[in-house]
Amino acid sequence: MKILVCLTKAPDTTTKIAFTDNDTKLNEAGVQWIINPYDEWYALVRALELKEAGTATDVHLITVGKTDAEPVIRKALALGGDEAVRIDADSNDSFYIASQIADYVRSNAYDLIMTGKESIDYNNASIGAMVAELLDLPYISHVSKLEIAGGLVTVNREIEGGEETNTCNLPLVISCQKGMAEARIPNMRGIMAARTKPLKVLPASAVDMLTEIVSYDTPAAKQGVKMIDADQMDELVRLLHEEAKVI
Amino acid sequence: MVLVFAEQNNGTFKKATFEAVNYAAKVAQQSGTEVCALVLGEATDVAVLGNYGAAKVVHIADARLNNLEARAYAKAIAIVATQQDAQVLVFSNNNTAKAIAPRVAARLKAGLVAGAIAIPDTANGFVVKKSVFSGKAFAYVKINSAIKVISIIPNSIGVVKSEGSSAVSVQQIDFTDHDFAVKFVSVNKVQGIVPLGEAELVVSGGRGLKGPENWGILENLAGSIGATLACSRPVADSHWRPHHEHVGQTGGTIRPDLYIAVGISGAIQHLAGVNSSKTIVVINKDAEAPFFKSADYGVLGDAFEIVPKLTAAFLKYKAAQHA
Ligand SMILES: Cc1cc2nc3c(=O)[nH]c(=O)nc-3n(C[C@H](O)[C@H](O)[C@H](O)COP(=O)(O)OP(=O)(O)OC[C@H]3O[C@@H](n4cnc5c(N)ncnc54)[C@H](O)[C@@H]3O)c2cc1C
Ligand SMILES: Nc1ncnc2c1ncn2[C@@H]1O[C@H](COP(=O)(O)O)[C@@H](O)[C@H]1O
Repeated sequence: MKILVCLTKAPDTTTKIAFTDNDTKLNEAGVQWIINPYDEWYALVRALELKEAGTATDVHLITVGKTDAEPVIRKALALGGDEAVRIDADSNDSFYIASQIADYVRSNAYDLIMTGKESIDYNNASIGAMVAELLDLPYISHVSKLEIAGGLVTVNREIEGGEETNTCNLPLVISCQKGMAEARIPNMRGIMAARTKPLKVLPASAVDMLTEIVSYDTPAAKQGVKMIDADQMDELVRLLHEEAKVI
Repeated sequence: MVLVFAEQNNGTFKKATFEAVNYAAKVAQQSGTEVCALVLGEATDVAVLGNYGAAKVVHIADARLNNLEARAYAKAIAIVATQQDAQVLVFSNNNTAKAIAPRVAARLKAGLVAGAIAIPDTANGFVVKKSVFSGKAFAYVKINSAIKVISIIPNSIGVVKSEGSSAVSVQQIDFTDHDFAVKFVSVNKVQGIVPLGEAELVVSGGRGLKGPENWGILENLAGSIGATLACSRPVADSHWRPHHEHVGQTGGTIRPDLYIAVGISGAIQHLAGVNSSKTIVVINKDAEAPFFKSADYGVLGDAFEIVPKLTAAFLKYKAAQHA
């Protein structure tokens, strides 16, 4: 069974987000790039566990990005991915990215395609569903538990206000979230091995970008906190009602 | 036509669905067209969607659609979108929509904005404001395709009920077994409370509460105003509270009207999930707790003393309102 894990780079959460070029571009100076946490901690680690358990034979990685995505892909290889491909393109459009991944899978068959539940930069939560649609595969999102036995996949997935158990045969696309696995740290041997693991770079296919980001802005700063004395809870309630108008 | 996916749960509609219909009505008004609401699965009283701006309702009352199957849902929605000549499709951005809106978009080769928080600006193209970087910024996204898909974050525009009515047509889709590859086995739903993603009022607890046995005071506080409970990550990781209550970078992202944080320090990874809340109240015994910087109202002191007082004040307020 072959698994493809979709990875993207994302700014570390502690990064201060700022924009340049008249607020049309993310200011990348000082941005610390990490592997999108859902892709790393859940999708990738669970895929590696399945390989260690003998359920999966190969764990391949794919990212759609420019050279600045390579350090995170190398880290994913250091964690234990077998080989990686980078589709050389830069885009914010989900349809464009998903089309690149789908095109790659059309000529390289996989049984299970795993994504994170969302990227922590654009929070689209879209790539997995689009890849599934483009390949006419079933899709299960927000998976928090994944078991595979005899080609049958059993998952728990988070739904509005609870959890559902589903089954499905391979091939399948899933998006992964908390619960699925525990984060790992790459060890020295993994880091050394990653240097010689294959990282193919492929050109992007010609696909239309259906959306574009025209500008950014940031939320208005909070006015500053109003401190209320612990003995004035009636006053707090009055403010919530009359000033904030939330109750 | 603007097509809105009107999600039903056990036959009825949630507030977020009405909000999506409202949103669709505003989009339709911009371009002088009407709203068609689409209901999948068995449901009663689908005509109620007329009260929120749907001129017509298409109901695919197929029992196989009572549970979410992303491929089958996407197929049905895309077919109806084409039949209705939909230029814009609207979803409410919850877990259901996240599984299907991108599928529908890919199927129709339509540009998608997931996580919209405002009505599109059509002055110069079709530009939709969405939340990015986990609430730290907004992006204005232009959709260039002929068909457009928007999925709005619940609680973005609110709900307005009107006198309108809608014509209901019941329809069928030619499904095959292939469309239902994902099989439903069982469900475990939290009963009787508003799901966190939709809650307007949220009471959240952190490690400052010391242990699960102390959650009673938070339950009372939440109960006094009908709020939903949330928690910080260490609280869920220590199994003091169920995982679905965990908010933050690795948990849920919410934007309630009111977020009351009790004994939570306000780490950046926690704020990532809650900083879009309209009003934030922080109760913490440490004046240096970073959360105070992101709060609208703060109460400095011991949660075990303050929370019961706040609960009493809420109950007094509620009683006065009903009097
Ligand atoms: C990659 C990554 C992802 C993460 N994702 C998340 C996430 O999704 N969500 C999340 O919440 N965290 C997340 N974290 C963890 C985060 O950094 C913090 O460690 C966590 O939010 C702290 O939880 P806490 O505020 O409950 O606990 P603490 O930091 O221990 O804070 C407890 C607070 O309670 C106060 N307190 C103590 N006693 C009382 C009392 N009697 N009355 C009033 N106040 C009291 C203290 O002053 C303190 O401010 C993540 C961390 C990393 C590295
Ligand atoms: N550029 C990319 N290359 C490869 N995978 C991606 C890319 N962007 C997103 N993904 C995957 O799709 C998931 C959802 O991302 P998004 O739809 O952008 O929120 C991520 O968690 C990744 O697994």
